[in-house]
Amino acid sequence: MSAPNIQTEARLWLAQRVSAMVLAVCIAVHLGTIVYAVRGGLSAAEIIGRVAGSEAWFAFYSVFVIAVTVHAPIGLRAILNEMTKLPKTRVDLLCFLAAVLLAYLGLKVAWRFYMLGGA
Amino acid sequence: MSGDTLTVSVWRGDGDVGRYQEFEVPRQESQTVLDVVTYIQRHIDPTLSYRFACRVGVCGSCAMTVNGKPRWTCRTHVSKVAGDGRLEVAPLRNLQVIKDLSVDMTDFFDKWARAEGRFQGAQTRDDDFAQVSPDSPKRRRASAGIECIGCGVCYASCDVVAWNQDYLGPAALNRAWTLVNDVRDIADKQRLKAVAGDAGCHACHSQQGCVERCVKHLNPTQSIAGLKRATALAALKGELE
Amino acid sequence: MKAGHRDHPNYWAFVLHRVSGVLLALFLPVHFQVLYLAIKKASAFDGFLAWAEMPMVKLAETVLILLLAAHLTGGLRLLALEFLPWRDGQKTIVALTGGISLVIGLVYLLNAA
Repeated sequence: MSAPNIQTEARLWLAQRVSAMVLAVCIAVHLGTIVYAVRGGLSAAEIIGRVAGSEAWFAFYSVFVIAVTVHAPIGLRAILNEMTKLPKTRVDLLCFLAAVLLAYLGLKVAWRFYMLGGA
Repeated sequence: MSGDTLTVSVWRGDGDVGRYQEFEVPRQESQTVLDVVTYIQRHIDPTLSYRFACRVGVCGSCAMTVNGKPRWTCRTHVSKVAGDGRLEVAPLRNLQVIKDLSVDMTDFFDKWARAEGRFQGAQTRDDDFAQVSPDSPKRRRASAGIECIGCGVCYASCDVVAWNQDYLGPAALNRAWTLVNDVRDIADKQRLKAVAGDAGCHACHSQQGCVERCVKHLNPTQSIAGLKRATALAALKGELE
Repeated sequence: MKAGHRDHPNYWAFVLHRVSGVLLALFLPVHFQVLYLAIKKASAFDGFLAWAEMPMVKLAETVLILLLAAHLTGGLRLLALEFLPWRDGQKTIVALTGGISLVIGLVYLLNAA
């Protein structure tokens, strides 16, 4: 590899930390919701009743998914670069695809839950 | 506890090829690991290669891997590390072995240079002395990391060094942080460029092996955290281009 | 050669953070896709939730909760280490993150049982 772009590396590091801060809040809410909802067993009606059609929950889960989309691929990138012999450009491509996959699947399910309220 | 003799496995070899060789060394009171290695060379096998200079914990040249941990052999008492009467002595990790227990420190010191670890001032001999208050926050941060003697123990303790051969390592980054906090130094801009990114401070995972093992009780992880913040701020401003 | 340089709590915390991060990253796409398929029909969703009531599945869920809690508390520890003034007693903080993670797992298990 020629000289890596130092500034991009430093910004990726910062992006992972900032997304981590967002995730910390999201995961605390997520864990709280899970523990609260799981009491007395889960039911489809209960979950759909809470989430479907709610702008607040849709916004929450969208932010959650986007933060994960930033956070996880940067972490995987560091691990693949350290622990495998894959070329760095290949690792970058893989992690970009991972980000696209996470964003697509995550936002799709958030949208579907939201739309259950209107349908 | 140990008997009259100590069973010592010593790494023998050049470069990557080698094996452990066993020696029986008589136990002595207040015996250090360096004493043991010296005994082997003087009384059993004069071809054993190792490095030392001061023998009293000042120079930092006798660091080796003792029972799996990087240590200064001159400051490591046998009684502390060989409770079962066995000792394993190997060269420092993460450095090319020259022969037996001697490693090539070239990479280690080249990385200090790459991290802009050299002081660069603007004043001449005609200027007056710089006035730096020992209580100022910057000077306190510089002083916290300044006592490094370059023994390589932190470098050998770090898995990021093992996994990423370009990584500058704890000692070089700690050195850079002391200079970033030296108000007389004028090379911060290029220094921050030199220490940022995935070969620099941002590769550190805060495993803190360096903190755990540093014989001088320095804290490279703390220094590197300071560099992470300083360089990330510079990257936001576009100053690392 | 022995690897004694790894024999301390901050290194174990690093390993836990890395392993939990990778496992969560692998789990997430599955989590998203299973949810997406389950809520196509309300009846399918209830079927899925009934499956999730099985003891083995509950146990697996508890492991996931533990992984998430460990990555959360470990991540907060790292953010504090990198962005706040240095605190001595890093090993105590590691122990604290481990303890809090276990409590979160236990609270989940008590509520789910």
